[in-house]
Amino acid sequence: MMLSKCLFAAMSVFLAAAAIPALAQDSMPPAPYAYNQLADPEQEAKAQDLMETLRCLKCQSQSIADSDAPMAGDMRHQVRSRIAQGEEPEAIRAWLVARYGDYVSYAPTVSETTWPLFAVPLLLVLLAAIILWRRLRARS
Amino acid sequence: MIRWTLWVPLALFLLFCGVAAYQLTQPKDEFIASTMIGQPLPEFDLRAASADRPGLATRDLRDGQPRLLNVFASWCIPCIAEAPQLEALRRQGADIAAVAIRDKPEDVARFLANYGNPYSRIGADDLSELQLAIGSSGVPETFVIDGQGVIRYQHIGDIRASDVPVLLQKLAEAK
Amino acid sequence: MIAELGLAALWLAAALAALQLVAGALALREGGAELAALVRPAAIVQGFLAGFSFLMLLVLFAQTDLSVKLVAMNSHSEKPMIFKLSGSFGNHEGSMLLWVTVMALAGALIAAVERRLPEKTMLATLAAQSFVGIGFYAFLLLSSNPFERLPVPALEGMGLNPLLQDIGLVFHPPTLYVGYVGLSVAFSFAVGALLTRQVTPDFARAMRPWVLGAWIFLTLGITAGSYWAYYELGWGGWWFWDPVENASLMPWLAATALLHSASVLASRDALRTWTIMLGVVAFSMSMVGTFLVRSGILTSVHAFAVDPERGTFILGLLVIYIGGALLLFALRAGTISEGERFSVTSREGALVFNNVMLSAILGIVLLGTLYPLLTEAFDVRVSVGPPYFNPVGAIFVVPMLLVMAVGPLLRWRKDSLTRIRLPIAIIGGALLAALILVSLLSSVSILPLLGLVLSIGLAIASFMPIRGRKLRLLPIATWGMMIAHFGIAVALFGMASESAFSEETLAAVEVGGSADVGDWNVVLTEVRPTAGPNWTALEGRMMVSYKGGDAKEIDPQSRNFWAPPQETTESALVTRWNGQLYAVIGRQAGEGRWQLRLWWKPFVTFIWYGGMLVALGGLLALIGRLMADLKRRSIKSRVAGRRAETAV
Repeated sequence: MMLSKCLFAAMSVFLAAAAIPALAQDSMPPAPYAYNQLADPEQEAKAQDLMETLRCLKCQSQSIADSDAPMAGDMRHQVRSRIAQGEEPEAIRAWLVARYGDYVSYAPTVSETTWPLFAVPLLLVLLAAIILWRRLRARS
Repeated sequence: MIRWTLWVPLALFLLFCGVAAYQLTQPKDEFIASTMIGQPLPEFDLRAASADRPGLATRDLRDGQPRLLNVFASWCIPCIAEAPQLEALRRQGADIAAVAIRDKPEDVARFLANYGNPYSRIGADDLSELQLAIGSSGVPETFVIDGQGVIRYQHIGDIRASDVPVLLQKLAEAK
Repeated sequence: MIAELGLAALWLAAALAALQLVAGALALREGGAELAALVRPAAIVQGFLAGFSFLMLLVLFAQTDLSVKLVAMNSHSEKPMIFKLSGSFGNHEGSMLLWVTVMALAGALIAAVERRLPEKTMLATLAAQSFVGIGFYAFLLLSSNPFERLPVPALEGMGLNPLLQDIGLVFHPPTLYVGYVGLSVAFSFAVGALLTRQVTPDFARAMRPWVLGAWIFLTLGITAGSYWAYYELGWGGWWFWDPVENASLMPWLAATALLHSASVLASRDALRTWTIMLGVVAFSMSMVGTFLVRSGILTSVHAFAVDPERGTFILGLLVIYIGGALLLFALRAGTISEGERFSVTSREGALVFNNVMLSAILGIVLLGTLYPLLTEAFDVRVSVGPPYFNPVGAIFVVPMLLVMAVGPLLRWRKDSLTRIRLPIAIIGGALLAALILVSLLSSVSILPLLGLVLSIGLAIASFMPIRGRKLRLLPIATWGMMIAHFGIAVALFGMASESAFSEETLAAVEVGGSADVGDWNVVLTEVRPTAGPNWTALEGRMMVSYKGGDAKEIDPQSRNFWAPPQETTESALVTRWNGQLYAVIGRQAGEGRWQLRLWWKPFVTFIWYGGMLVALGGLLALIGRLMADLKRRSIKSRVAGRRAETAV
């Protein structure tokens, strides 16, 4: 079980202690849809896209689509079964955000707390335009 | 070139340092708090997790009496650590309902036999469905539910001795 | 004894760094020739001492000397030798020692070979290099001593995280470190130039090989790290926009921009302040990344190995070095004149455009990485991930790629688009054809579609500079540029293809059963226990065949390490020219069935081939530059020699 993702080891190798040993492991089999796909490929693709953008709550910096943590499995089950019942991906995301806050979603939306994430790129576009205009203007 | 623009990088960097320094002095809070505080419990009806306690449904938590809802599991090590504190809470008059996450009846029974059983009801949440529905992100966690079935407070992690009066206080406030 | 030798060498190296700083600074102020003569030898000896110290640490790990705390905490007698050695930098203290070692060696190398800089700038550069070095020596010696002894030797070591016991991780960290720390040279050059106000084309020419060298290592390090994450984490992801990954990407982005602006400065004497700024920013990004990862301030990353004291120390270093350099920049940059002018449609124009785009991308990555930290100060927790970085980054990546396709075809100073209308028409035609082809063949979402189309256009465009030129006469550095640009196209194609066409099958299969993924058929023939030096594993034996062809055996494993206890998945890969089959065996699913995770990822390998091509291009450019320099130097000395003769 890899609860902790030690990406980019050059910087994280010394974080060896971060790897949580496989001590606390439940004995239940994984939820039905934790490791099984939906029969309808279109629905499965929808579920997959959503799962890649939901954050695993137990494993620091991984999406639920790439974690072996049991809770991530249960969240995948939750997503797949809701999609199978015809729920829209964004509704499922909203349902989770209502419970865990923006933290659970890797896709920030414009809100009171996240607007700078979108304002700054706009500012950068503007800034880039100004810099380019100043640098390149009348330089012939 | 306007001269003040040359100071922008330094200003941004100092802003970063300020935030970083502030964060270094803050205790690290790894917990994801539920955003369901003040919201009613969702509808659920869980089978009994062990033979000697009934299961748990929403209606059981809407009978006018405030309760603690303890989210635990037999495979969870901090849950063992908090068992004496739960017992202390029960002795001081708290009614504790529980949800066992991803647990088999025999494992729950063994856990209760070893570490005590302070619970009035234990529901089994095999797919973490209730856990997800109330915004709990791990075990153990303890919620305060008022008599109308509204979530009033969330305690994350194992209950220490110092948390007992806080939980009793929150329980009294939920009346 | 060995530990004490290492520690003594480290103290001596720190003392020499101090000598180097004081001698350099005094020589700059008062102009003493004797003091100036001290600086170069001090830098060289310092390099040797730091190198020796690191060697001693390697010896300690090789011997598994359990009386040394670091060894006891991070090694284990039963570990294979190669992982014992890699364990030396697989921890905070050891990797910090690697950091100062690389830094000291880089300083020694400048002192030994750099002859183009004016003497004053050279002194300032070496003084700056030692100034930065001293901070890290202090950090190492005062708060992270790698050679600390235990009062009582441990009986057995605690082992190294199994995820890191992988051959890829033996080479990946040192590679990345050479890259990160190599950028310190650019930083010192920039500070040196700010101190002496000598920002000239010669300065850019002197700085360029150093940046190029560091950039090659960074490219290789990131490529290797991505591939490691891909096969070791067991879910087939190769980039997660994780803060730790971003910490390695940001210096790369800054260094890439720096390379290009330095070449404008070298060829055309323009972009002076901009180049200096990037020189400061590139290494600052290395340091900021180190701070973010080691202080544990970004809660999203591994929380256990964090130490607020270390964080405070590094933050102090950041304030001194980055803050100091930016202050110097603010004070001095205004006095450096802007340099030559040029037209919009010119090589410089394109390079400036791409520099601005690269800086904007850097800004986005920095913002996305730091934003959660900012909101946490207000008790709000947010996550920023691929759904943010991909589209927002694309706003700047797409125009950058378009200009990148055309830029190398333009002449310096002034050019017109009508002169290159034929190649533009060819590139445009290729883009259009690719667009029609891809959208007809399958329904691909917008970002992968853009990626596929642009990669095809860029691949063709990257070799356009050959047009109308004699191949034999094309400078090696030009080949380097074309190959690096082509590498970007190749990597982009891999990324887009992986994202658009990957197929996934999750199946619970009993022994003897089979599953299909893409055009592959996978039969699980056996599940058996197996063991390695410090692990046991369940191995799934699978016979796999592509489009009904010959079956091939693969053996993915689920490993249990015992020191420290942890489970890892060892994926099995089958590489074809057109993609990779990725197979993982998971837990038992009940009723004698096993959870298999299978992916067919078309052209996924292009991501890393592309990365290697980019590095190869960098290497060719470096060789080309160095050869040109040597030629220039030998002509100069011949001219000087002839003058001496005639004088006689």
